[in-house]
Amino acid sequence: MSQAATHHDTHHEAHHATGITRWLTTTNHKDIGTMYLVFSLIMFFIGGSMAMIIRLELFQPGLQFVNPQFFNSMTTMHALVMIFGAVMPAWTGFANWLVPLMIGAPDMALPRLNNWSFWILPFAFTLLLGTLFMPGGAPAGGWTMYPPLVLQTGEAFPFLIFAVHFMGASSIAGAINIIATVFNMRAPGMTLMKLPLFVWTWIITAFLLIASIPVLAGAVTMLLTDKFFGTSFFNAAGGGDPVMFQHIFWFFGHPEVYILILPAFGIASAIIPTFARKPLFGYSSMVYAAASIAFLSFIVWAHHMFTVGMPLAGELFFMYATVLIAVPTGVKVFNWVATMWQGSMTFETPMLFAIAFVVLFTIGGFSGLMLGVTPVDFQYHDTYFVVAHFHYVLVTGAVYALIAGTYFWLPKWTGHMYDEKLGKLHFWLSTISVNVLFFPQHFLGLAGMPRRIPDYAVQFADWNMVSSIGGFVFGASQLLFVWGIVKCARGGEKATAQVWEGAHGLEWTVPSPAPYHTFSEPPDASTIEGGMR
Amino acid sequence: MANAHAHYYVPESSRWPILATISIFVMFYGGALLLNHHASGPMTLGAGFLGLVIVLFGWFGDVIRESEGGRYGNWEDVSFRMGMMWFIFSEVMFFAAFFGALFYSRVLSVEWLSGAGAKAATHQFLWPQFLADWPLLKLPQDYGFQIAKDVVPAWGVPAVNTAILLTSGATVTWAHWGLKANKRGHLILGLALTVALGAFFVYLQAEEYHHAYTDLGLTLNSGIYGATFFLLTGFHGFHVTMGTIMLAVILFRSMKGHFKPEHHFAFEAVAWYWHFVDVVWIGLFIFVYWI
Ligand SMILES: [Cu+2]
Repeated sequence: MSQAATHHDTHHEAHHATGITRWLTTTNHKDIGTMYLVFSLIMFFIGGSMAMIIRLELFQPGLQFVNPQFFNSMTTMHALVMIFGAVMPAWTGFANWLVPLMIGAPDMALPRLNNWSFWILPFAFTLLLGTLFMPGGAPAGGWTMYPPLVLQTGEAFPFLIFAVHFMGASSIAGAINIIATVFNMRAPGMTLMKLPLFVWTWIITAFLLIASIPVLAGAVTMLLTDKFFGTSFFNAAGGGDPVMFQHIFWFFGHPEVYILILPAFGIASAIIPTFARKPLFGYSSMVYAAASIAFLSFIVWAHHMFTVGMPLAGELFFMYATVLIAVPTGVKVFNWVATMWQGSMTFETPMLFAIAFVVLFTIGGFSGLMLGVTPVDFQYHDTYFVVAHFHYVLVTGAVYALIAGTYFWLPKWTGHMYDEKLGKLHFWLSTISVNVLFFPQHFLGLAGMPRRIPDYAVQFADWNMVSSIGGFVFGASQLLFVWGIVKCARGGEKATAQVWEGAHGLEWTVPSPAPYHTFSEPPDASTIEGGMR
Repeated sequence: MANAHAHYYVPESSRWPILATISIFVMFYGGALLLNHHASGPMTLGAGFLGLVIVLFGWFGDVIRESEGGRYGNWEDVSFRMGMMWFIFSEVMFFAAFFGALFYSRVLSVEWLSGAGAKAATHQFLWPQFLADWPLLKLPQDYGFQIAKDVVPAWGVPAVNTAILLTSGATVTWAHWGLKANKRGHLILGLALTVALGAFFVYLQAEEYHHAYTDLGLTLNSGIYGATFFLLTGFHGFHVTMGTIMLAVILFRSMKGHFKPEHHFAFEAVAWYWHFVDVVWIGLFIFVYWI
């Protein structure tokens, strides 16, 4: 084999392409991870601008800035961009950078597929964002694409569907790659129950992706044929049922929310032990809890549609299954708190964001529990209470974990320490403003303000203004994040290999910045214990 | 591992993934233009498709050269196997969406439209004359649809097609035995038979569609039955077509002397895919055609 290999090398082009070609054609997991993360950051700001337009219009009752159709496009596109363009690619970017380093692998298992998964995304989002300039405007029927409303979309409609297909292909390819990497590329001695929790939560996420994204692809394909080829999947006049779309969509949609949050659990489980200088409490229970959450996520989907008129048995089943998820989630929160208990804690920026993640995500979890109770949901359904709930779990949950993880591994990626003062300022501004932004939305929802409307009754005026002010401050604070990243990439105090005093795991054994190729010779992972300590 | 100190083969940079993305992007863009009735749609779609075909030749060509050049040991093989396995699983879930639609409408929503469960009022106010029946030929609303005279019976062409696919599953396994025993003629004959059976299946399926459209009036526009029937069998037929093309590539490579008794991942990947297509068909035959 080695003879053939030598022969092969002779007629190959230079090892590294340079300039733009390097990025277009790279098969290196670190290059691809960087591209994912940069793309995701750009999408955060595009989706964030849409959120700013939404909060601007809602600053006061009445219609001031945009027309209702465009407002609806903004809510729809904000969700699609943030979910599929920002959070999901950010997690794949983290996985690309970290999974091979954490398991001691030379690269991802399928490097060309890896390049393909990334490069789909800019093109898929060109399809999607291009609809903003089309006759009839961008999709405005909500990111959930419920028929029959979504079928009234103008020229944007097929672009929306194909964009979803395209991003879905990217997610599935990325997930397959991560599974093959973790199961086939671990260094000798790196047994499954020694994997860092970020790797564990990502494998489970990958299974969720492979099982749920194709179902979304099927659902949007049915929308496409209903619109253009005369099928009656969601048309009762032809024997179909519009509610059936909601079932198929949420069969994907609920696992999707765990796709967004499970890797966040992994990040919290890496950061909290590091800065508490204690091993993670209950490593194996963390693994089992994540797996149980993933399993349950496939049998709870109809809690998104308690008010559509399901049979009573269905309402009850989905309620009980939903509140059951509180058990494994509670195990996780308990373990994070127990990890901090009597630890010698320090509060660097990643730790601050991780602690805020635990507290604020739990608030979102509690409001989720409230929404999971059928008779209660009848009151809250489609109100701002739901908006408050999922922004607590996604912004102060998933996004906070992303920010925490970025500060945590940035020294490993760039070789420099970030500006700690700037990071703390970013944290405090964000954390105060995000609560000013979203907490009042609970009150608005309980008082009956519906979601997805550009105008509202005057009794909702005060809290909307408060929420908007919080929104503007939160949005502006994120510029500090970008500034911090750029500063850190350009220079600063040199980072050691270990970076953090309490850090454990294979990624901290390689120099900072991590060299272009790492673990070409597999490291010996046999001395590592479960949970890294 | 063949060699305990072997390095995992990480390919150098490749232009194929980005070119594949661009081709598919052009296809999607053209497809969307076509659906929006823009004159440039078909040309754009065609250009993207052509690009994709070229890219597939290039990309797979690289992989085949690397494989035949001995770059892949067992370690790399396992990655490919996992990749293919989970890709097939994702395909299973894609079909599950359409099977789900079939079961949901057949068991629940069609019954509800005729007043089952707590839906008496729905029935009364929407279409009081509607009666649940499966296969659903008479629709709730009697205008705006192509009302089918009948459905395709199970024990005609579909039963023949079942026999064809099951036989082809056997012939591809027989070819695999030949490959493992290093009997090349046996391998090539088995694959050629499988390709022929696959192509014959597609031909019969096309005939059946023609019959449904022209004689039975069963079309995509025939309500929920037509919708589930054509999308399930249509996506399956598309997969059989892809599988047949993949088998043809494997046959061609076998004739060029590729694959070794102990090293033939591509053959196995195609065989797995073929068995998957076979199993989906069994589901279709039972739930779409038969019961
Ligand atoms: Cu849910």
